[in-house]
Amino acid sequence: MHDASDLGVVAASAVGLRARGWGWRHSGRKAWALRGVDLDVAPGERVLLLGPSGAGKSTLLAAAAGLLDDGAGEAEGALEVDGLDARAARTAPGVPGTSRTGLLLQDPDAQTVLARCGDDVAFGLENHGLPAELIWPRVDEAMTLVGFPYGRAHATSALSGGERQRLALAGVVAMRPGLLLLDEPTAMVDPDGARLLVESVAGVVGLSPHARSLSSTVIVVEHRVEQWLDVVNRVVVLEAGGGVIADGPALDVLADQGPELFRLGVWVPRRFRARAAGAAGTGAVARMTGAVGAVGAAGTAGAAGEAKTGGAVTSDDAARASRATARTPVLSARDLAVRRGRLAPVLTGVDVDVVPGEVLFLTGVNGSGKSTLALALAGLTAPVGGELTAMPELAGAAGPHPVRWRARDLVTRIGTVFQEPQHQFVAGSVEAELAVGPHQARVDAADAARRCAEVLGRLRLGALALANPFTLSGGEQRRLSVATALVTRPGVLVLDEPTFGQDAVTWAVLVDLLRELLETGTAIVCATHDRDLVETFVDEGRGRELRVGEGTVQPVSSGIATVATT
Amino acid sequence: MTVLTLGADPAMRPDALVARANPVAKLTVALLVSLTLLLTVDVVTAGVALVLEVAVLPWCGLSPRGLLRRGWIVLAGAVPAGLVTTWLGVDSGEVLLALGPVTVTQGSLLAGCAIALRILSVGLPGVVLLATTDPTDLADALAQVARLPHRFVLAALAAMRLFALMGTEWESLGAARRARGIGGDGVVGRTRTAAGQVLALLVLVIRRGTRLAMAMEARGFGAPGTRTWARVSTLRRSDAGVVLGGVVIVTVATVAGMLAGTWHLALT
Repeated sequence: MHDASDLGVVAASAVGLRARGWGWRHSGRKAWALRGVDLDVAPGERVLLLGPSGAGKSTLLAAAAGLLDDGAGEAEGALEVDGLDARAARTAPGVPGTSRTGLLLQDPDAQTVLARCGDDVAFGLENHGLPAELIWPRVDEAMTLVGFPYGRAHATSALSGGERQRLALAGVVAMRPGLLLLDEPTAMVDPDGARLLVESVAGVVGLSPHARSLSSTVIVVEHRVEQWLDVVNRVVVLEAGGGVIADGPALDVLADQGPELFRLGVWVPRRFRARAAGAAGTGAVARMTGAVGAVGAAGTAGAAGEAKTGGAVTSDDAARASRATARTPVLSARDLAVRRGRLAPVLTGVDVDVVPGEVLFLTGVNGSGKSTLALALAGLTAPVGGELTAMPELAGAAGPHPVRWRARDLVTRIGTVFQEPQHQFVAGSVEAELAVGPHQARVDAADAARRCAEVLGRLRLGALALANPFTLSGGEQRRLSVATALVTRPGVLVLDEPTFGQDAVTWAVLVDLLRELLETGTAIVCATHDRDLVETFVDEGRGRELRVGEGTVQPVSSGIATVATT
Repeated sequence: MTVLTLGADPAMRPDALVARANPVAKLTVALLVSLTLLLTVDVVTAGVALVLEVAVLPWCGLSPRGLLRRGWIVLAGAVPAGLVTTWLGVDSGEVLLALGPVTVTQGSLLAGCAIALRILSVGLPGVVLLATTDPTDLADALAQVARLPHRFVLAALAAMRLFALMGTEWESLGAARRARGIGGDGVVGRTRTAAGQVLALLVLVIRRGTRLAMAMEARGFGAPGTRTWARVSTLRRSDAGVVLGGVVIVTVATVAGMLAGTWHLALT
């Protein structure tokens, strides 16, 4: 492969986007996904598109890429790319060997087409009819531009999620798109992978010092704002079901409307969350906040903000003392060894106690085995060595080995929330989904109905009781998956990356809920990358961090936690 | 590159004559053998074909161990099929063994051997094709050499990659559903649990497939205009040799069967 410095400027003419009164309604839906969008993006601009969940941001990107067909719904107004109707722009002839738009999507697993990395990058070039002899140089160039660490022959099946996203980016970049559309590209990638992906994008559009490259226009949709601030120069805010309500230079929009955006669930950088004294938000965003406030988002998100600024480190000594007396473990692992599938053990010699009223955080890089350990502690996979023992107060009559419990005995003792909520959905409606656990556990019908109603209310799913779980938004699905685990009232709750890809509103709801559960004496195990989440509970003296890596686990003694718990 | 059983095996020599032949040539041989042996069920034709196939194995680049690992399923099909025919097939000729209702006669024993040999000789070229062919190369060859519609071929190839994810998805689905309290006792309960899980897996795979289709479309897949190919797949002279080898095998086997008088058209 070439050195990046050999590449020089790759000729690609940036392409602009123009929307006039544009709207889209998915077929079979009453409400417009978005409507009345007026937006001009000039060639070469780099725009961050923000808005609450369900504001139609992804729909706008798909439409700009020309992927919304007549059959999929109804359009109104005009959406133009490079001066052409967006749908026509996808297929209309342009500069040979380039595409007008390139779209990078969220799910790393759903973007890899071929078995070898080089072939995968070449896929788009072949589709665009680039002469065969020009394809491989372009593939090498794209792989260099995104800083892809492997060669053409590397197997795509061996890539991590973050590497997969960078490969997909290379595949998009290889076509030298005039307009680069990024749809929450880091939402399903761990923090290191996300950082590298953003660096790749910066490199592609010529922001890294070592390489000048495409001069593409960029539109990125993302909940996590901070990481993109060095890349974008403009922020546009969309309203749910409506049009553009804020637009301007990135720092100006954030300084002006940061607090409101944060309340809507956008991960605004911390310095923009609290309103500076005397500064006034614009009317438009204030209106929008009012609307969403009805769902109850505002208060909790505000609480999360406080927690991080130190306001909620209440840690009153009385509460801690009472908890300390109850620190006998309910679940205890000794010399535990766990593995994935039929592979060699990923962790050995694990000694860990799960204690009521405390969150046990399992942290570590991807592939370190923290999810595997979580599943073993949850009684879902059999350990290959050592022992996992459930104490009688948790086990009851079911015996000391969780992995041997019947499924219906397990749900009333240990509840598990998977990273991918859809894996756990088994019913046709939210209501029916909640009823599954109690029914399996032979809870009597009246009691079960009462519990379901309570959990529905607590996780604000009441309005969605009859909706199909698969049609919910990401945040709603996460809340439902937690609700299904809580409704059988387990003594231990195991969570695998509960905050992954979630907006700030859902994050705050989860934190509040976990606090409540700790108060009632639930023991929580949580595998996560989320430093904010770990620090929130560790700082409150209700969390303990265990670093998973290099084949075993190490307790982390971070300042406050050590003082507080010893 | 392990997509199901298709994909290059580390235990093989990729530079062997047959291994590096164009996948379409290998496929042609496999089809020739299948068609020829579909015509007749007889020990001589199937046996001669199998002997010849085994004789050319050294040129296929597949070690005996690799062959066994990839081809055990053919053996697992051939042996029981042969035994069942031997026991239950139409009786004729001398009775060799009588155990209550089960009688083994000369005729049923021959039929059983013929069935087993037929499955083995049809299966062997298929195993060699699958074990020595990279799926991407197969798709390239099918689209460029065999001129099958490229949209169909590439969509199938992408679908196969999703298929490979199904193993891990199945495991995590099982754990996820156990965590929901789903898991029946006894044979009936387990069967119902598994059936529900299959359905859930299908839903997941279809959803992912939809998203993959969108990503492919965004990269110009299915757009009008001529598609080019980064990996050029062409037939070479050695490929003609491989096909010729296949023709020789089926011809010799058929002629041997006819000379021995065992060849009968099975379709009539």
